[in-house]
Amino acid sequence: MVILVEIYTILAVSLDLLAGQLGILSVAQAAFYGLGAYTSALLVTKVGASFLMGVFAGMVVAAAMSLIVSFPSLRLHDDYFVIATFGFQIILFSVFNNWMSLTNGPMGIPGIPQPTILGRVIRTHSQFLVLASLFVALAYFVVWRLSTSPFGRVLRAIREDEVLAQSVGKNTLRFKVVAFAVSAALAASAGSLYAHYITFIDPTSFTAMESILIISMVIIGGTGGRWGPAIGAAVLVTLPEALRFVGLPNSVAANLRQIFYGTLLVIMMMFRPRGIAGRYGFNR
Amino acid sequence: METLRCEKLWKTFEGTYALADSTMEFSSNGVTAIMGPNGAGKTTLLNVLTGFIRPDSGRCYLNSQDITGLPPYRIARLGMARTFQNLRLIQEVTVLENVMLARPNQRGERLFPALLRFGVADDESRNLEAAMRLLHLARLEEKASTNAGELSYGQQKILTLACCLATEARVLLLDEPVAGVDPIMTAEILRLLGRLRDMGKLVIFAEHDVAAVRQAADLVIVMDEGKVIAEGPPAEVLGRREIIEAYLA
Repeated sequence: MVILVEIYTILAVSLDLLAGQLGILSVAQAAFYGLGAYTSALLVTKVGASFLMGVFAGMVVAAAMSLIVSFPSLRLHDDYFVIATFGFQIILFSVFNNWMSLTNGPMGIPGIPQPTILGRVIRTHSQFLVLASLFVALAYFVVWRLSTSPFGRVLRAIREDEVLAQSVGKNTLRFKVVAFAVSAALAASAGSLYAHYITFIDPTSFTAMESILIISMVIIGGTGGRWGPAIGAAVLVTLPEALRFVGLPNSVAANLRQIFYGTLLVIMMMFRPRGIAGRYGFNR
Repeated sequence: METLRCEKLWKTFEGTYALADSTMEFSSNGVTAIMGPNGAGKTTLLNVLTGFIRPDSGRCYLNSQDITGLPPYRIARLGMARTFQNLRLIQEVTVLENVMLARPNQRGERLFPALLRFGVADDESRNLEAAMRLLHLARLEEKASTNAGELSYGQQKILTLACCLATEARVLLLDEPVAGVDPIMTAEILRLLGRLRDMGKLVIFAEHDVAAVRQAADLVIVMDEGKVIAEGPPAEVLGRREIIEAYLA
């Protein structure tokens, strides 16, 4: 459970680089999450690569694939970009689900080994907790470094006024493309972690609903602040478990949960659009 | 010496001519003012010169390099910066941050230097120094850590000018630099324009205010319906009765 919170924290942090700094939303976070999971799972099970090589390859693949979406669509207005990422998400899910020879389709990839780092197998829960925490720290480090540098200054300038940023000589497309690639790579690292933690992956973990869950975490936690993504991830991962204690039958509880999320999001947007710990609202 | 030239520029917006066969040449011998009634094509001209709007036909040259159709950021990097009629500043960050943003070739704007911080601190302190020098020039030093949105309107206008200078531009295009500014700040801005000319910058500004043009400009170009209808020293052009009556009254 704590490890799942950590995995989702990485995903929320990766999205916050876009939502909090650049002011754009991506509905493709789960696609990059899946790319990381599949890349490292396949490399480790089929080619016998090491865990860290798998993670690295997943990040590179996700960053490279992100260019396919970002180069054409980031020239457009933000709204079209959101739609393009949604399209990418749907396409990648179909690929995971239908490319039988590679991904094994809906049956998924079983038997992903536990991570081995420098000859040590990460076996126990607490060892994995340390590993996941290191990944969270990496994601936080990357986003913190970028947002406190001149790079981040330009991202925020693009959020506030892209025309101004261009007029003072900033190649705004380049900044957006790079930020999107970094965000994709971080999401992929969470995917590798997930694959080696659960030791089994199938396409249902990387659906558009999952992307929307990540967006909800960022909105509820708040964008642009330090703890927002972690709080959002903690709330939305633990909430379903908490609701389980209410003692409703499973069929009702699942539907009720969706209604509860929806209501929570609406309430947040109405009364605290900047989220629990966010610095900026979405009310541009 | 800087030169800026446009040849036979045409631009229409839904059937009305914003630019009609405009040919002009500017050089850094003095400050040029572009005048004309609303809709004469002044802002369109600035937008075309800085790459924000593509002309239907015609070409622009900066120091004899063809810049027609280049994206705005490339033109800015070639040394031509502009201000906007509606102030464009980042209101929620400090005056200093606004100027720092505009500094060119920042190391820390590239991904790996930003992540690993190799040489970024030195670069930042150099940019900080340059930014403070500009704020000194604009007499905004004391406001350095104030949010840009809290400045007076006139101070915000002068800050946009400082941002332009921060890009190390040698050619400055200013869209209505003193419109809506109180007399004291107007004098301050016009003083700054004179200093920029003395520093060898090519300064062009679009303006309605006849008094300001008389005071700051060495050359006046009057536009109407996308065409140049008069050109010359302010004393001469602004003395012509037909110009005053038809376009500036």
